[in-house]
Amino acid sequence: MPKYLLLKHYQVGPDSPAADFAPMDEWSADEVAAHIDFQREVGRVLTESGEFVDAQALTEQGAWVRYGGPDAAPVVTDGPFPETKELIAGWFVIDVESEARAHEVAAWVSSAPGKGGEPIYEWLEVRPVMDDAPADE
Amino acid sequence: MTEALLRELSPQVLGVLVRRGADFASAEDAVQEALIEAHQTWAEQLPDQPRAWLITVAQRKLVDLQRSEAARRRREEVVAEQPGPGPTEQSDDTLLLMFLCCHPDLSPASAVALTLRAVGGLTTREIAEAFLVPEATMAQRISRAKRTVSGAAFTTPADIAVVLRVLYLIFNEGYGGRIDLAAEAIRLTRLLVRESDEPEVAGMLALMLLHDARRDARRDERGALVPLDEQDRSRWNTDQIAEGVRILEGALARDRRGEYQVQAAIAALHDDAQRAEETDWPQILAWYDELVALTDNPLAALSRAVVVGEVDGPLAGLRALDGLDDALGQHHRLLAVRAHLLARSGDTEQAAELYREAARRTTSTAERDHLTRKAADLRQ
Repeated sequence: MPKYLLLKHYQVGPDSPAADFAPMDEWSADEVAAHIDFQREVGRVLTESGEFVDAQALTEQGAWVRYGGPDAAPVVTDGPFPETKELIAGWFVIDVESEARAHEVAAWVSSAPGKGGEPIYEWLEVRPVMDDAPADE
Repeated sequence: MTEALLRELSPQVLGVLVRRGADFASAEDAVQEALIEAHQTWAEQLPDQPRAWLITVAQRKLVDLQRSEAARRRREEVVAEQPGPGPTEQSDDTLLLMFLCCHPDLSPASAVALTLRAVGGLTTREIAEAFLVPEATMAQRISRAKRTVSGAAFTTPADIAVVLRVLYLIFNEGYGGRIDLAAEAIRLTRLLVRESDEPEVAGMLALMLLHDARRDARRDERGALVPLDEQDRSRWNTDQIAEGVRILEGALARDRRGEYQVQAAIAALHDDAQRAEETDWPQILAWYDELVALTDNPLAALSRAVVVGEVDGPLAGLRALDGLDDALGQHHRLLAVRAHLLARSGDTEQAAELYREAARRTTSTAERDHLTRKAADLRQ
């Protein structure tokens, strides 16, 4: 079965029903709790269906690091690409029967409740994960 | 030693329990528990009759499970009926079990997992590791599969092709990780051959043996793919090839050909060539013609085009690709075959471009690296 990475960016586009959603710190405590419960529920249901591989949330902090060259310290910045600066908030990895099923799960994840309990309609980035097994000759 | 014996006996014991009328899911749980007990006690002393020992213990576990199940539902405690010995105790029920585990209501992944557990005797953890998913996920996958097939009749269904497809899926998972799934698929197919006289079952075993014989030569020391024509053929397993050829000949003699026998015949012809240049391409092409006629599979037609290229030259091979775009679209293997044929015809620039595109589209890192290297070689 193919594995897929569902990347959560917390981004909505111009064509989403919700043009933008309020930052989470403007939600009520209950709304935040409902949102987090939903993420747990996704993990539980996917385990139950035999499709769950991994889920992680990332902090907003972090740094960009690269090799500094011989005998030089690593180069550390808070973002060399201001124009593409975007947040990866977390991910699910799932092991599913088909791409169509991966899309179905992603759409469900995107329906997570936000402010007022409305779906947030965020875009999920769905990427197939490579494995090392070649097809037979 | 104990391990191998237990894995051989576990499907037999499960078969006996199910044949005696036990529900499949409970019977499978009972056998797993009996196996745990056997692991603990057999190391010290092997029972005189291991099979009978396991059946007795599994039967007891089954009764325990049924009791606790009953208790949990707050029913009156019912003592499970002690079933009498069935009429077919001697027979090996592996075939029936495999049919159950490959039930058409199951997704391929579920059938694979259930077969490895119930027939292969692997633990849930081992199966989870082999497929790189958490143990809890695999436990759920297996338990759902068990529930799905629990009501199914324990009789031989019509189509053994479903079982063969599941075994071939297991085989193609290969041998990454701790569990050698290719070897496991071969072992399970051997069990099936003992119980089925269908020539395609023998054909499948021959196919697996003839492919698996090349496994040591298929990757270099860094793990990179080595294509067939560059493999060090002295590293092929000649005993396994001889066995595969013998089994294949027996199957073909029955004169009921199917796709696995034909694929095995193709593999045998490759295995038969001491050097790549000695490959009998015209005969391989004849088998591919038969394979394409039998299966109508566009990937078979794709492989056939490579062979046409060997027999009649790359331009003929390219013509043999006509019409495959509709079925295969931008499939990386179609791009790679076209690139291969274009490179041979001298159009290295377009070939490199197609290899690069194929590398972008595969989901296998080993193939991606191989295809990228091909593109790079052409641009030298």
